[in-house]
Amino acid sequence: MDRDDLQAQTAGYSHYLCVWAALLVLLGMTIAIARHELLANYSVLGSLVIATVKAGLVLSYFMHLRNEGWVVKGMLLLAIGALTFIIALTFVDTWYR
Amino acid sequence: MALGRNSNQQATVPSTEQGRIDYAGKKIGMWLFLFTELLFFGGMFLLYAVYRSRYPAEFHWAAQQENLLLGSINTMILLSSSLTMAVAVSAIGKAHRRLSCLMQMVTMLSACCFLIIKYFEWGAKISKGIYPNSPVLLAHEKGDILFFSLYFVMTGIHGLHVLIGIIVMAIMLFFTRRGVIAPDNFAKLENTGLYWHFVDIVWIYLFPLFYLIT
Repeated sequence: MDRDDLQAQTAGYSHYLCVWAALLVLLGMTIAIARHELLANYSVLGSLVIATVKAGLVLSYFMHLRNEGWVVKGMLLLAIGALTFIIALTFVDTWYR
Repeated sequence: MALGRNSNQQATVPSTEQGRIDYAGKKIGMWLFLFTELLFFGGMFLLYAVYRSRYPAEFHWAAQQENLLLGSINTMILLSSSLTMAVAVSAIGKAHRRLSCLMQMVTMLSACCFLIIKYFEWGAKISKGIYPNSPVLLAHEKGDILFFSLYFVMTGIHGLHVLIGIIVMAIMLFFTRRGVIAPDNFAKLENTGLYWHFVDIVWIYLFPLFYLIT
């Protein structure tokens, strides 16, 4: 195995480390936002937005979704869409009772 | 696609005695299972959302009873275990069998640590008399009862998924050491990785909803 092969192989792991570091930074941000008094009204929304970014990173890089074709990506969108629709429809009911 | 090469350096598709291995089919099958899990946990998140909108003040108070430090540590543990799992899958694909086995073991140990911390968290609550249907809990406001019931059910089912993950990973580690999981045939490990990352994503959402809505 020559030096280029070795570099190529270790480079494959370093991008996972970068994603992991980003996930830890986002975790820190989400905790900081929750404890920040001035952002109290937006802390839940902020936490959920950051959670979605983290989930997106795990899906794209750890679960290799970015390397998948549109069949898998489309099915995932369908599943998330179905859940969103169910939650939205439930709130249309509960909010207007 | 897990392709090998024969002695003439032609790309081959791995095959068993029964026929061609359907790598894409195995992966899509796992994704389909994960979608059922998404709807399973999604139903519980829906319950949480509706009850939180009904009892915001009680949910806010109850969340302050959670141990933010332990919850944060657990989140870090699971995020790190996702890293080690991803490296384990990548490593076996690159024929780094020892690294893959090591990473699988670290993932399992991390999962065990997660469950141990969960044990202490639950133990602290139960020792205060807070557990589903306890007299102490039933004496609280309705919103508190709902929060803690949802807490025990959702983290409990999530913890069950972590436990199942540990068992499955142990089996995969055995297969990897035996060579059943090999650089040209590691769909089992990859699917285990998909499952584990999904369990991590569920906790990524559970953590803010139970620990950070203060």
